[in-house]
Amino acid sequence: MASETVISCKNVWKIFGSDPEKYLAQMPQGHSFDDIRADGYIAGVKDVSLDVGRGEMLVIMGLSGSGKSTLVRCFSRLHDITGGIIEVEGCDIMKLSEKELIELRRNKMGMVFQSFGLLPHRTVLENVAFPLEMRGQDRHARRARALEMVKLVGLEGREDYFPRELSGGQQQRVGIARSLAIEPDIWFLDEPFSALDPLIRREMQDEFLRLQGLLGKTIVFITHDFDEALRLADRIAIMKDGAVEQCDTPDQIVLNPATEYVRKFTEEIDKARVVHAGVLAKADTPGEGEAVDAGATVQELARLLVQDTRAVIPVVRAGTVIGGMNRQDGLAILLEGS
Amino acid sequence: MAEATANISARPAALTRSQWALVLVVIAVVMTALQYAGLLPAALHRLPEYLVPPFAPMLDTVFNFVKDDLGLLAFTRFLTGLLESVLDASANILYGKRRWPNIEPIPWSAIAAIAAVIGYYLGGWRLAVLGAGTFIWTALIGQWKIAMETMSVIVVAAPLAFLIGITLGIVAWRKPWFDRMIKPILSILQTIPFFTYLLPAVIFFKVGPTAGCVATIVFAIPPMILMTTLGLQKVPPEIVEAGHMSGCTRRQLLFKVYLPAARTEILVGVNQVIMLCLAMVVLTAFIGMPGLGAKLLAMMGSFKLGRSFEIGVTIVLLAVMLDRMSKAWVVKQPEHFEKGTSWFVRHKLFVMGAVLFVAFLLIAQVFPILAEIGRKQNFSQGKELDGLIKGFVALDGVQAITGFLRAFLNVKVLIPFRNFLLSIPTPALILLITAFALWLGGPKQARNALIFFCIIALTGWWDRSVITLYSVISAVVLAMILGLPMGIAAARSEKWSRRMLLVCDTAQTFPSFVYLLPAIMLFGITDIAVIFSILIFAMVPLVRYTIEGLRTVPPEMIEAADMAGATRMQKLRHVQLPLALPTMAIGFNQAIMFAFFMVIIAAFIGTQDLGQELQRTLAGTDLGKNFVLGICVALMALTFDMTILKWATDRKKVLGLES
Repeated sequence: MASETVISCKNVWKIFGSDPEKYLAQMPQGHSFDDIRADGYIAGVKDVSLDVGRGEMLVIMGLSGSGKSTLVRCFSRLHDITGGIIEVEGCDIMKLSEKELIELRRNKMGMVFQSFGLLPHRTVLENVAFPLEMRGQDRHARRARALEMVKLVGLEGREDYFPRELSGGQQQRVGIARSLAIEPDIWFLDEPFSALDPLIRREMQDEFLRLQGLLGKTIVFITHDFDEALRLADRIAIMKDGAVEQCDTPDQIVLNPATEYVRKFTEEIDKARVVHAGVLAKADTPGEGEAVDAGATVQELARLLVQDTRAVIPVVRAGTVIGGMNRQDGLAILLEGS
Repeated sequence: MAEATANISARPAALTRSQWALVLVVIAVVMTALQYAGLLPAALHRLPEYLVPPFAPMLDTVFNFVKDDLGLLAFTRFLTGLLESVLDASANILYGKRRWPNIEPIPWSAIAAIAAVIGYYLGGWRLAVLGAGTFIWTALIGQWKIAMETMSVIVVAAPLAFLIGITLGIVAWRKPWFDRMIKPILSILQTIPFFTYLLPAVIFFKVGPTAGCVATIVFAIPPMILMTTLGLQKVPPEIVEAGHMSGCTRRQLLFKVYLPAARTEILVGVNQVIMLCLAMVVLTAFIGMPGLGAKLLAMMGSFKLGRSFEIGVTIVLLAVMLDRMSKAWVVKQPEHFEKGTSWFVRHKLFVMGAVLFVAFLLIAQVFPILAEIGRKQNFSQGKELDGLIKGFVALDGVQAITGFLRAFLNVKVLIPFRNFLLSIPTPALILLITAFALWLGGPKQARNALIFFCIIALTGWWDRSVITLYSVISAVVLAMILGLPMGIAAARSEKWSRRMLLVCDTAQTFPSFVYLLPAIMLFGITDIAVIFSILIFAMVPLVRYTIEGLRTVPPEMIEAADMAGATRMQKLRHVQLPLALPTMAIGFNQAIMFAFFMVIIAAFIGTQDLGQELQRTLAGTDLGKNFVLGICVALMALTFDMTILKWATDRKKVLGLES
């Protein structure tokens, strides 16, 4: 689906320890996470290769300690990688000088943090304007831009509040506004909603989807919550012990788990809510009669699947029929949950 | 105990740590017994004179080389010039010393008004009253000039100490090698007796305010360095990453992210700098620095208790005010104003302060009483108080108690104990202390104790050191006998804990010098006054940490004990005390450190220990001897410090409490 690759990483390693470069150079092939730990090193990121396309939302999913936060910090070079190559818009970020790196972050990247990372001594407006101030924008321009951002995230009227005077959800809105202030092309979100309680989390996810609909950024989103991943992702990368187990669309992950670990993960998921009609459509048997939309989930089609009598139901995407969905396939997915 | 058993199972053949310690004790006891039987050769009892290396002259040679040949003196004299002009300016503004900028001193009423406004800004009307009250008291009691002499040094020393401290702290945080280098120096600086700061200050920076200011700065820097480094290390990683992602350069990261985010720790450092400055500037009276300290010294010396008491109150008020205000600053958080609030409302207090200041400046021109209170106009009740205090001490009941303490405690307990310590042969005492360090701390602590006390023996100041040690030990033991039950009793109720902690907190802000006052009042110039002054000073941390230790025992453990049907005594013995002990040990350690500090000050009352010798060196230029004496005190203090703190951390680990 990606027309142009924005972030590309090939065989990326991040090893923590006393002399990781040397260790990686002499490490035998096929060393597992535990082997590496036995040698006194920790494999934060283990031989990861993946691409992120322009405008795509990649969700990196895994339990705590699986290396997802480390990986995203490698993308922005908050961590220097031990081995492999990471290219951002075609340029190898490990080759950038400190000055070039700062320029890259000042103009291309924004990041949202799990515990917000707000500066406690600055007001909402000053926090949002902080990246603009760092790149030396003049006072009036940055004030205008920051106000715009504060308005975008719905915090109008609270510009002069200090972070500690806000609730968790509001603080994260400030974090989001700050990360968007420089109009980044690439947006990193490291478990942005994990510190919030479930109701607020839901609200913030909706807000986030609204913003993404408005802005269409390239996004790398980290979460340990599978439901959240399914809700937001174009593609999901599931990580374990620093390595990517599977990287695919939510439908494929649910339907065809690549490893035992992924299968266990998806076991509890109600597949009907994840799988779309488009995925089930087979091009060789288009079927006849009234068509369903490719973007509809099986659950949304439940009534139709049960009541219809056709064996094959046509599926359309953007007005053209892309194939036919076998009604039994749909029913099988629908019934699996119960 | 747990460790000892673990050791046994690991190495069944070797002796355990406590068994080794026992062996050392047995050797020491045998040696002492031989000494009493008159069988020990004299050379083993005390190091013969001819074996004592001439440390002091050697050090003198080195100092003289650095001072004259390397031109350090010329350099410091140059600095003295700079510092003097700054101090003269602050002296001119505060009490009208005839120097540049040659303006009238600020009227006391204007300063009191400013203090009230600052107090109100930081902590509401209570601090406003405290701020204004302190200065009004000082003016009315007729101590304005001497108080301002003291303040004029503090207002220069505290900002300088802050700047130097924060800079060194940043360097230590950035450069690990610098941190490693500076840590041991700081711990020595914090245990070295203050007299050792004073003499070099005098030699290099002239007698009077400049030397006082320099000694004060050096004394106040260490905590600022430590707090800065600590604060910078504690900045949450996500805030730092947010800074990086916002495209901060290194400089922007330091000034816009790290330092503001470490605000709390840095302000705690500021509080400590201010308090240490006040404590030290009072003590610089010993090198002729005029001000509250000098006056107190003179008044106590001539036994004018009433006036001494009044000065003591002024010092205490200043200390409490500075402490409360700077602590309020630590917790003060910025508040936002509603949109469209005008500049005047936003800066209401600033405007009010400025208006009041100018107003009092002008009013004082018309009513000079508001500018300066003359000799005959003040409300000092020195003579009357003097009579009262002396009358109180002479009361039969009080007399009986102090007389009994003097007769019984001093003659029957303290003096025999001192003579006993002095009778122990040098090597035996070294072994005893090594055994103590081995048993409590470990092999490393024992090695250090051995080396440190051997050095002390080699300096030739052994007897004086033992007397110092005797004062410290007896005072701390007495402080424990009084302080521990007090702490335990107070810890039983929330309300009393809070009250006691408040008393301790307040008492801890008093400059140590003040503690001499009640001692002299009750016991005059006697040995027991020395012990008494150390005792009350050392009791503060003991009580405080006892309460804190007991109050922080996890509630579920106490509930478990309750459910197991423990009586109050059983609960205390089997649950609370064992768990509180590591924290209490920290208080015990602090008590010992405080005692080492106080025993030197007590030289003023008249002791026969290292402090007395140190005080004598101040009169001359005997830098080498001064330094050797100071090192003796520092080494003794460090031995206890390392051993006890090691035990406390080990114990916390064993108990699974945070370390």
